Amino acid sequence: MTETAAVRVSGVHKWFGKLHVLDGIDLSVAEGERVVLCGPSGSGKSTLVRCINGLEAIDRGDIVVGGVALKEDRATLEQIRRSVGMVFQQFNLFPHMTVMENLCLAPIRAGGVSAAEAGEKARNYLERVHIPEQADKYPAQLSGGQQQRVAIARALCMEPRIMLFDEPTSALDPEMIKEVLDVIVELAEEGKTMICVTHEMGLARAMADRVVLLDEGRIVDAAPPEKFFTAPESERTRQFLSRILHHRESDD
Amino acid sequence: MQAARWLRRNLFSSWGNTAITVTLGAIVVFAALPVLDWAFLNATWSGTRRADCSGEGACWVFVSSRLDQFLFGFYPEEERWRVVLAAALNIGAIVLLFVPPMSRRAGMALAGVPLAILAGWVLLHGGVFGLPLVETRQWGGMTLTLVITIGGLFAAFPLGVLLALGRRTSLPAIRAICIVFIEFWRGVPLITVLFMASVMLPLFLPEGASVDKLLRALIGVALFAAAYLAEVIRGGLQAVPRGQYEAAAALGLGYGRTMLHVVLPQALRHVIPGLANTAIALFKDTTLVLVIGLFDFLGIIQAALTDTEWLGLALEGYVFAAAVYWVLCFAMSRASRRVENQGVGGVA
Repeated sequence: MTETAAVRVSGVHKWFGKLHVLDGIDLSVAEGERVVLCGPSGSGKSTLVRCINGLEAIDRGDIVVGGVALKEDRATLEQIRRSVGMVFQQFNLFPHMTVMENLCLAPIRAGGVSAAEAGEKARNYLERVHIPEQADKYPAQLSGGQQQRVAIARALCMEPRIMLFDEPTSALDPEMIKEVLDVIVELAEEGKTMICVTHEMGLARAMADRVVLLDEGRIVDAAPPEKFFTAPESERTRQFLSRILHHRESDD
Repeated sequence: MQAARWLRRNLFSSWGNTAITVTLGAIVVFAALPVLDWAFLNATWSGTRRADCSGEGACWVFVSSRLDQFLFGFYPEEERWRVVLAAALNIGAIVLLFVPPMSRRAGMALAGVPLAILAGWVLLHGGVFGLPLVETRQWGGMTLTLVITIGGLFAAFPLGVLLALGRRTSLPAIRAICIVFIEFWRGVPLITVLFMASVMLPLFLPEGASVDKLLRALIGVALFAAAYLAEVIRGGLQAVPRGQYEAAAALGLGYGRTMLHVVLPQALRHVIPGLANTAIALFKDTTLVLVIGLFDFLGIIQAALTDTEWLGLALEGYVFAAAVYWVLCFAMSRASRRVENQGVGGVA
């Protein structure tokens, strides 16, 4: 298991000042596995994915990504980040560049790909997220859902072995959530290793091999979705699910 | 019809407003008429000598007969095409830097403008390619003003960017050096910098070694402007959201490329008004080079006032200088507004 693990997190602790955000996390994600991280806000799930590509430094423990131990030095960080794509809650597209330029920047400047090849790849991935016609627009001219799909395509253009999603639909208007979820599910069906932080339990059901529940910096439950949602073993999971379902009902 | 409606709504909407409009209008007319009278109606426009001036209004003959000198200083007459060509090259390069498409901008900034400046210097200075040498002490007037402004600004700009980045780095030694540098130059008046450059610097140089006076002034001006630009640019860097740095980092871009391609283009856009402000301030501050014996545009006009044939025409000289400075500063200000408003995908 450990040999083929795409990501191995062991004994990871992290503090924000006095706040113990990650309290001894052990998590192994196999090559091709799709893991959904959920939990109440402040449970440390976003921090955990941000630690995996080194956007946040850990205070104790080890993270190994694709066989490379995560260290603080620039070369290692850049090497790992080139093989790990990340999609942010706020999209974080580069506003001064067209969609095409957003997609081609990293492959050309960090991946050593020729401009022609990068352009071809970019068009290919724009097709995959169903917005090839927006290539020459600027991010501000797109809807939130389109921007997030561009962000997914941008991450894919580096051909990462692992994709991290940090609440990819939380900043979207309700009517745009589905178009982004569809793209993520399609991606999951292709067998890419994915770690996704989300509140969308529908997404967890549709794509996850395993749902992991975090609470107060600890992993409190981990189970395949059918078991997680229908026959949860942990009391904490039942609480979490009832609160989410309750919230959904009061929402409607 | 429409004009009448506009007038009624904006100037004559009530008895009180009408009274104010009439009073202010009267003041404007009574103040402006004598000025108009002096500057245009009673002014002498043509002629070549002092005697041509009637003495009633402004004597613009003073300006027109010396215009060449105001523009070119003591630059040899038969070589003046070089100044014109250099100016055209540089202004052309700067205009190209600011007109779309954006894709050309990086190339212009990194290669086009520096090359134009270098070519301008070679053209002006000569001594190579069969161009006769024209020493810098013969440069003057608007030529010198533009050399110091353009040369100073574009030397200051890269340094300002580096200082701004340095001030925000996490490396303590570099940050400390940048802060000390910026605060030193910001804390010293430009006039002091120029005195230092012209009087003190030669004392530190080894015997016999000398650096051209203009070059010394240019270095002083560039270091001074760099400190100001650095602070303006730092403001822009702070306005770039953290998510932009994170997105670039997550894609595997290193520090240099993140700054060059992602952060700086956005940061500089945010501070176009501040950059234009610094440029305009520097353009006007170049008048201070007079104190170290360089004759810039204002300096050469002032020098001409002491000519015995043209004594007593200070008003004409200063009004002309003010008008030229105003027109050029206003043009820069308008240009910066245009650049600001170039819609690039709604970058606010």
